[in-house]
Amino acid sequence: MQLTKKTIYLLFLFFSTSVYAGVEVHSFANQQQEQQYIKLTEELRCLVCQNQNLAGSDAELAQDLRKQIIEMIDAGKSEEEIIEYMVARYGDFVLYRPPLDQRTFILWVGPFLILLTGLIVLVVFVRRQQHKEKPTLSAEQQVKAKKLLNEEGDE
Amino acid sequence: MNRYLLPLFIFIALVILLAVGLSLDPRKVPSPFIGKPAPAFNLPQLHDDSKIIKPADFKGHVWLLNVWASWCVSCRQEHPLLMELANSKQVPVYGLNYKDDQADAILWLKQWGNPYQASAFDSAGGTGIDWGVYGVPETFVIDKDGIIRHKHIGALKRSDLDETIMPLVKKLQSAAQG
Repeated sequence: MQLTKKTIYLLFLFFSTSVYAGVEVHSFANQQQEQQYIKLTEELRCLVCQNQNLAGSDAELAQDLRKQIIEMIDAGKSEEEIIEYMVARYGDFVLYRPPLDQRTFILWVGPFLILLTGLIVLVVFVRRQQHKEKPTLSAEQQVKAKKLLNEEGDE
Repeated sequence: MNRYLLPLFIFIALVILLAVGLSLDPRKVPSPFIGKPAPAFNLPQLHDDSKIIKPADFKGHVWLLNVWASWCVSCRQEHPLLMELANSKQVPVYGLNYKDDQADAILWLKQWGNPYQASAFDSAGGTGIDWGVYGVPETFVIDKDGIIRHKHIGALKRSDLDETIMPLVKKLQSAAQG
């Protein structure tokens, strides 16, 4: 009885609605075009649901833009031309990999600057610890310390 | 004392940074169209397929293009303002009916009122893509030379009209054609 119940639940998984998310079927003339399509839809942002790319979004605009990309690829347009087309309409915002310029400088260099700062702080900290003078003990304290240490060793 | 001051300072700077970040609206994407010629289209009128609307027809006038659809909920929200604007006759408003059903769109205008001089019927949404539309309703301000001067995304509020759009329209209307 247990087993069959489990099987039924597992079967439900196979028929979950998410499996049937809309996918347009299109066959490209060659492998290269297909790769180009996959790359473009991965790298272009959907303007409606802003944290999804075109490939992952089910918004109507994303569907239309995917269709547009397919048409342009079929017409033999290059990747740069398609990206240019999108940027002319929606701005740099559509690109998940924005170009490196004045406005995006911090975006591109910032993480490395933070990493560098962290490294410098770390190095300075470690150096300072090393240079700290070792505590000096008087002869009397030395004897006492040794005695304590030995005692512990005996136990 | 100094030892606690630095982390406190960093913390305050971080709070300010995050507060500014939170108050920004991620839907306000700067439009690459500002200062560029309005993209051409050649679309049938919503009410009369035999008539064509194209931006070139409005050369010499300052006009607004409002992107709308009968399925668009926020369009209902800004609709009374557009009606008011149309009745004031300060500036002609044209519509771009975006990805809609023709009968539904005509019914919508009949039901709520038609603020548009005319609406272009873009059922496939191709013109919408050319104009970089992604959040209906959108409103464009186009000057006498056919250059896009302003774009508003989302439903218009009275403050948008009074503080941004109408002053700009007035300014553009008094400017000579280039």
